[in-house]
Amino acid sequence: MTLDEMKPGNKCKIKSLLASSMLGQRLFSMGMYPGAVVEIVRNAPLEDPMEIKMDSSLISLRHVEAGFVEVEFI
Amino acid sequence: MSLVNIALAGQPNCGKSTLFNALTGASQHVANYPGVTVEKKSGSFRAKDIRFSITDLPGTYSLTSYSLEERVARDFILNEGPEVLINVVDAMTLKRGLYFTFQIMETGRPVVLVLNMMDLAEKNKIKIDHENLAQRLGVEVVPASMKTGSGKKDIIESVYNLSKSEKLKVPSQLDYLDMEEYLREIEVLLSKTSLTSKKIPLRWAAIKLMEDDENAKELVLQEETHQEIIAKVDELRKKFEEEINLKPEMYISKRRFEIAEDIVRTAVKKEENTKSNMTDILDSFLCHKIAGPVLLVGVIYLLYYLAIVQGYNITNYTWPLLAKIRTFTESIMPASGFIEEPLIRAFSLWFVDSVNALLNYIPIFFILFALIAVLEDSGYMPRMAFIMDRLLSRFGLHGQSTLPMVLGGIYVGGCAVPGVMSCRGIPDERSRLATILIIPLLNCLAKVPLYVLLINIYFAAHKGLAMFFISTISILLVLPVSKILTLTILKDKETAPFVMELPPYHIPSVKTVLMRAVERVWLFLKKITTIVAAVAVVIFVLLYYPGISDERMKYYHGEEEKAVSGFLKAASKTSFKEQFNVEKVTELANFYDTYRSAKMQGGSGFENKEKQFEEKFPLYLSIIKPSKDRELKLLGRELKKLVRSRKIISMEMKKERINNSFLGKAGMALEPVTQYAGFNWKVNVALLSALAAKESSVATLGALYQQDESGASLETRMGNEEKGFTPLHALSLMLFMVLYPPCVATAIAVKLMSGSAKFMVFSMIYPMIIGIFVSSAVFSVSTALNLSGLQAMFGFYGLALIFTIIMGFVKNDKNYQN
Repeated sequence: MTLDEMKPGNKCKIKSLLASSMLGQRLFSMGMYPGAVVEIVRNAPLEDPMEIKMDSSLISLRHVEAGFVEVEFI
Repeated sequence: MSLVNIALAGQPNCGKSTLFNALTGASQHVANYPGVTVEKKSGSFRAKDIRFSITDLPGTYSLTSYSLEERVARDFILNEGPEVLINVVDAMTLKRGLYFTFQIMETGRPVVLVLNMMDLAEKNKIKIDHENLAQRLGVEVVPASMKTGSGKKDIIESVYNLSKSEKLKVPSQLDYLDMEEYLREIEVLLSKTSLTSKKIPLRWAAIKLMEDDENAKELVLQEETHQEIIAKVDELRKKFEEEINLKPEMYISKRRFEIAEDIVRTAVKKEENTKSNMTDILDSFLCHKIAGPVLLVGVIYLLYYLAIVQGYNITNYTWPLLAKIRTFTESIMPASGFIEEPLIRAFSLWFVDSVNALLNYIPIFFILFALIAVLEDSGYMPRMAFIMDRLLSRFGLHGQSTLPMVLGGIYVGGCAVPGVMSCRGIPDERSRLATILIIPLLNCLAKVPLYVLLINIYFAAHKGLAMFFISTISILLVLPVSKILTLTILKDKETAPFVMELPPYHIPSVKTVLMRAVERVWLFLKKITTIVAAVAVVIFVLLYYPGISDERMKYYHGEEEKAVSGFLKAASKTSFKEQFNVEKVTELANFYDTYRSAKMQGGSGFENKEKQFEEKFPLYLSIIKPSKDRELKLLGRELKKLVRSRKIISMEMKKERINNSFLGKAGMALEPVTQYAGFNWKVNVALLSALAAKESSVATLGALYQQDESGASLETRMGNEEKGFTPLHALSLMLFMVLYPPCVATAIAVKLMSGSAKFMVFSMIYPMIIGIFVSSAVFSVSTALNLSGLQAMFGFYGLALIFTIIMGFVKNDKNYQN
């Protein structure tokens, strides 16, 4: 399952990142590492991008990008 | 006193700038890093016997070579070798902050870790054991809160001690476990290269090579041929991946987070806090599906209202100050002849007018820049991007293009200069360039006078509709143009992931906001005004030379004589006969103009002036003022006649001069091309003169259509004189104005923000091509179909709308490696 399939309100844990270069490093640097717990907060008014919460920080990313984050429900 | 270089590093929104301001106060200097468009802020402060020169590195989340800012920050640390690095970390997001700190530590420089926002952490019941942290990281740790100002002293003391200490305090190094063996092997290979003499830590280079970092590879390949090292590293990378079943770069990042998590576990005590915070509450409105966009429109409207509308009102108060500069220049220049203006006078006044036209915008800019600072500081700006990204990214733009577009004028009345300048923050190169290139096509304030003029003449019956058309058509042209640029010339430019932090909301500090506004206005003045002044000289020459032929000059002198002798003849019948000769008549005519303009400015200043006049020119004043005396009355009447004929002669001369000028010739030469758009040469000249500043279009049209003495407005004159000029011509002209090339100031901003003169030239040429194409198509097709101006207007509007929607569905691919 990937992060883009999650709906607002869902909580999940990152299993792995499917990207390793620019996107992968960017996701990592924003705190999206395997094991991190992610809560989907909302989608933007036009559905894309989405807003997620990790620890106390809020991150917004496009669904295409979220497709490279493998997650599992917790 | 010794001078020590230090640098300030940290992630965005960690409070780095606040610390920088607190340390340096007013002694700041803003420039660009050499060769790139990244802003470099530096400053200095003193502690005991040392003066510290401090550089504020760009705020980044990491130190890879994937983004320009990260490369710049990294290169600075490695090449300039600051003696101490101050790393600011937000205590609230310590784990993510440590991920960055580790990379700072790997550069081998002594580090002072500033744990910022401790007050917030305490409020949220988070306790951080900073001694434990210092011990594990091998760096100095200072808890602080830049908001309250606590910790500043300790920071300075730590920096001072580190720079005084004999032994270099190298931070601890992370244990990369399974990779250590590999790293050591690469370090051995690297020890034979020139890296050692460049003082680049080998371990840092080894880690970067394992990460497959492009810049690190270049570094190794730079001087000697170390192809074999790169080959060996590739081999090691493959071996590692097979062994661990994870790409080395992923392993490294993952390991950093493991360690960060471990440190946070031991050093941070957090009580469960279920209270929802202010940011969550605000976001539930500001990012709401319906309320979000509505509030966004509200914010944009407020920005317009305060900066453009109110700013414009303020210029009513500041304009008289600029007018005084002009009056002063007038007074120190040699006086006008009866019809001939001395060159130095004409030039000085032109120059002052050109610079004044720009300086007049300062109140607007100041408010705009202050409001942008508020938006930036409060944390609302990323939310604007969040809401708008879906729509804008369809056209090759970016969520963060919202603010630049708002400033450029998405409805009516903006300014392209701050619009282009605020593109700096867009992380995606392709979108940034697209935004920079399309902003000049938005409706800036200076385009409005021409719209108003034409609408009043040719669409008088449908003013509202026409105004709506012109206000909204620019966005319908801008979006597809942006998409076309994205798909063509910008196709190969790098894009970037959108991944963006939405920082907690925060009440902006008045000091920061004002400081930033002043700083940006100053930068604008320094960079733009000087160049505009230089260009004013060029345009003056183009409009003034080669001038009027001797033969025609003779004719004008003949006219002059007629007018003057008319007055003298009348005067000779009065008792003032002795007082007048040719020179005195010119003096009287000049005095009449001075008196009139002083009266126009009015106020208490006028009363003082009147007293001065009374002392100096009692006779002239009594002629001008209404009088019962028969002779004075006669002279007054004759004077009015004289001034009127003088005005007619100078207007004719001005017109002839423009006709003869280089610009006038160019306008005529262009007529065969522009006739399809319905532009005659006069319109061409007006459009050409607008190249320096668009306001000039109306002024030049004014000069070209100025002739009669009725004092009729330009509207009437254009309407009367150009019988062949129809609403279709006007529509075509307005569309060309929408697609008009950027003014000089904007062109300079384009060069600054795109970092290339090529883009500047392109930004000036492509709108002209599109403009002449659109105008010609609209004019020729509508003429052939016999459409009225209004029909053509809304026919075109419909087509533009359909085209925009179609272009929105064309796919544009991202251009970066996942």
